[in-house]
Amino acid sequence: MTFRPLDRAGIAARIAQDIPEGWFVNLGIGIPTGVSDHVPPDREVIFHSENGVIGAGPAPAPDKINPYLVNAGTQHITLRTGGSFVHHADSFAIARGGHLDLCVLGAFEVAENGDIANWARSPDEPVKQVGGAMDLAIGAKRLWVAMEHITKGHGGSRIRRACSYPLTAKGVVQRVYTDLAVLEVTPRGFTVLDMVPGMTRQGLQDRSEAELHWT
Amino acid sequence: MIDKFVPDVTAALAGIEDGAVILLPGFGNGMPETLVEGLIAQGARDLTLVVNSGGRDTGPTADLLASGHVRKLICSFVRADSTAGRLFAAGKLELEIVPQGTLAERLRAAGAGVQAFYTPTGADTLLAEGRETRIINGRNCLLEYPLAGDVALVDAWEADRWGNLTHRESARNFNPVMAMAAKLTIAQTRHAVPLGAIPPEHVHTPGVFVHRVVHVPA
Repeated sequence: MTFRPLDRAGIAARIAQDIPEGWFVNLGIGIPTGVSDHVPPDREVIFHSENGVIGAGPAPAPDKINPYLVNAGTQHITLRTGGSFVHHADSFAIARGGHLDLCVLGAFEVAENGDIANWARSPDEPVKQVGGAMDLAIGAKRLWVAMEHITKGHGGSRIRRACSYPLTAKGVVQRVYTDLAVLEVTPRGFTVLDMVPGMTRQGLQDRSEAELHWT
Repeated sequence: MIDKFVPDVTAALAGIEDGAVILLPGFGNGMPETLVEGLIAQGARDLTLVVNSGGRDTGPTADLLASGHVRKLICSFVRADSTAGRLFAAGKLELEIVPQGTLAERLRAAGAGVQAFYTPTGADTLLAEGRETRIINGRNCLLEYPLAGDVALVDAWEADRWGNLTHRESARNFNPVMAMAAKLTIAQTRHAVPLGAIPPEHVHTPGVFVHRVVHVPA
């Protein structure tokens, strides 16, 4: 039996299915940024961007670009009707103060206890790209991760018993959406909620360093 | 009569000394580019620069770093392949990485007279090594101190002679919080407007946080 992994847009679309109307949501850089494209316009979800945007909307038409309006990835965006702007300290009060219903982050690794590593591949890495990830990770009511199940480089699993890369935060991830499956972090470890068609339990376990559990 | 407008960039930046801590807002927009160019020309050295991102190879932050006038960079994000990343790798720049929300809150604390605070952000990470942590309400928290500037260079869309400012859309970003965190706050504004022209409910940064304003039209 064969299976087809989701592409990055497919992961984003899968996450969008699970976001209900009314939630206030922050989307991280990478796969998560695409989630808003898959939320139907008639489902009112309010998107937050760390640079002080409440109610971030889709990219503008090329002739409607506003240079004063960007998202946390510095991409040009629009503002939805009802949206507003705040300064950076208030924007991170939103993130750190428990006001976000959901934050979706990319990651290098997630561990079965909910630890997340998403800012450096080693303690000595010259790239120092913390940004707002540590703030979002500890502050949102729910933290979901969007990432590929297996690393492109060395083929290792990103679904871990323990993270091998420097942590962003401990014990905060509630759910992981990969190109192969949806996994919930539970007291006994990763519990599989969903798999792509054609994937088997053994096939998914073979691609996971942590032990998987089944509902 | 209170009039915070100064005639030009040179007057705006007068008196900035070697060793100053410079607060520089901006996040894709909202950075006072003319003031940064002026600061490079003004020539103060041994600066500590506080800015969200170390920038790329071009642009005001990269230009200021490339001038060699900055000794230490405090920011949340540095690309390895950038002027800042290369200066750091070459040992020519000190670097303090601060999570973005902690950066904003340390600035706010400086402006608000808060002498320290505890936050879960970063508490379980490498950034906490050798620093004070404590369990508060069951969560591991990291002790953080305020981050005050000697000088903030801020960007505005409109300004009046009291120094009341508005900012466009997401160009507000760090401008209000850095304005309140420095001993000397210098604003560059696209539009100079008469006192009272900005509706009071729409002032984003009140003039009490602003000391000098220079009009830099498009």
